[in-house]
Amino acid sequence: MGLATLWASFDPYLRPSVIGLMIFIVFNALIMASAILVLAERKIMGFMQQRYGPYLVGPHGMLQPIADILKLLFKEELRPKGADRWLFTLAPVISVVAAFTAFATVPFGAETTFFGLLDEPIKLGVSDVNVGVLVVFAVTSMGVYGIVLAGWSSNSKYSLMGGLRASAQMISYELAYATALASVVMLAGSLSLREVVDAQSGYWLGFIPRWYLFLQPVGFIIYVIAGVAETNRAPFDFPEAEQELVAGYNTEYSSVRFALFPQAEYINMVTMSAVATDLYLGGWHGPFLPPAYGWIWFLLKVGLILFAYIWVRWTVPRYRYDQLMQFGWKWLFPAAVLNLIATAALILYFNA
Amino acid sequence: MPDTILFYLLAGVAIIASALVIGQRNPMYSIMLLIASFGALSGLYITLDAPFVAMAQIIVYAGAIMVLFLFVVMLLNAPQEDAAEWDRAHPMRRPGFARFGALLAGLLIAQLAWALMRASSLVETPVAGRGDAAALSSVRALGGVLFTDYMFAFEATSVLILVAMVGAVVLARREDDR
Amino acid sequence: MIPLSHYLIVSAILFAIGTAGVFLRKNLITILLSVEIMLNAVNLTFVAFGRSQGTVDGQIITFFVMTVAAAEAAVGLAIVIGLFRHRESLNPDAFTTLKW
Repeated sequence: MGLATLWASFDPYLRPSVIGLMIFIVFNALIMASAILVLAERKIMGFMQQRYGPYLVGPHGMLQPIADILKLLFKEELRPKGADRWLFTLAPVISVVAAFTAFATVPFGAETTFFGLLDEPIKLGVSDVNVGVLVVFAVTSMGVYGIVLAGWSSNSKYSLMGGLRASAQMISYELAYATALASVVMLAGSLSLREVVDAQSGYWLGFIPRWYLFLQPVGFIIYVIAGVAETNRAPFDFPEAEQELVAGYNTEYSSVRFALFPQAEYINMVTMSAVATDLYLGGWHGPFLPPAYGWIWFLLKVGLILFAYIWVRWTVPRYRYDQLMQFGWKWLFPAAVLNLIATAALILYFNA
Repeated sequence: MPDTILFYLLAGVAIIASALVIGQRNPMYSIMLLIASFGALSGLYITLDAPFVAMAQIIVYAGAIMVLFLFVVMLLNAPQEDAAEWDRAHPMRRPGFARFGALLAGLLIAQLAWALMRASSLVETPVAGRGDAAALSSVRALGGVLFTDYMFAFEATSVLILVAMVGAVVLARREDDR
Repeated sequence: MIPLSHYLIVSAILFAIGTAGVFLRKNLITILLSVEIMLNAVNLTFVAFGRSQGTVDGQIITFFVMTVAAAEAAVGLAIVIGLFRHRESLNPDAFTTLKW
């Protein structure tokens, strides 16, 4: 009798603690993901180049990220003499905070009651607001500040130019990104990511899933290309590659401040893949598993897109900066606008 | 109670950050503080059941306009306001005058606050008085009103943005010898 | 519950800060930033009143104010760039050649 009342007294604390647990899990999962991606990139790059990647640290090189992180932590923490005191430290902090926060409204699973533990079901995701898509976009556009401030506060002409180029690239591709998003939002009729995923449940003809990938193939390609350019990856990483040539925005950084930049980049990759999965690939809906285990499908799809990211990086040569900007403004953005207009016209036609 | 704490926190950040903006010598610091102020204002919009406006504030103001300011400040690499000039310049900057002006400004604020408090019964009611919060914060309702009642303003604004874009490009172009 | 007057007072203080910035500062960029502060204060007033009346009109007007502010910031900064190229200074007191 006493035990039942004791259990019932947990009730008002159960839900908030489950939410806190989810925040904890998501935060740590993102950190783990960035560490695993460091390893995955080098291993996959190795296999594509007909060699093993890192092989010595741990079984088949599995503990390599730990070695990398320890090396970075033990380096000397430098700050150039003329560098601005506050902004030099603030820049990587902004990058990383924006990268983590963007995942706040991304759902990764259906509603569950955790096997009857909770009295009403809770949605798997840190939070669900009715403007979720806009939150992701807004926070991603705040990530530009990290790069711009890093370039400027290093008090070096090359870093400044690198930072300005990188941020100009990011804000150019944000247009195509937002327009591709707008087309999906029109189809789903809501700005909330969870509702966009729920609009993709079910099947046509019994076996083709109702993913927006099939309704918006051009939109998907535009979104993925814009996402790759936003995260300064793959063929669009000229600002990073400048390091091989002259300098980049994070040249003057070392140790922890430096480590935060690639971590922010990997977490941005994960967020882009997660949002692409939610918008175009049906999120957590999949054939054989019950909805409560949908997050397994979600992880598989995100992993697939991340693999495609790494695959493209080591297959395709990189764009020159002016080619990059031309492509973004003259080809991608008009294509996205045409996609938007075509989607609107077809929605109007088929709903009339 | 948590609503009140949230309001005072956000309002405090917005006001203090804005006050610091006009007090900085380095324009870069001004811009970063203004971004913080915009973030706090965005939070205030969320407490007013306007999530779309809050996100638009971050996307448009903090994410685009401030980036524009940042680029201009960095590319111009302008010298900061000279400190000595800052201190000695204006006759009205002398301590006696400055203190008198501050006293007048404080009186003005007190008078405005007193007048606002007594204005009408409207301002004493909770701001979330009328209207259903969920209906107000729905983007669908916003779109419905925007594209019907405010259609002309919408189209005129699009022409305005086009004109501003062309104007900015023309004004900032270097004078080449063609 | 927070009464409407609280939001109006915050908006009034922000507007006053913006005005003080326009009058007191001798740097063109900071003057433009103060104008942005003033526009934001007005936005807050609109949204607060819109909420208290129970309509969405306050939010809609805010869109237009934001759009106009963006256009004005773009053109204003282009003018500042042009002026800087001419005189190498961002001090408004340097552009007094039309005075007599």
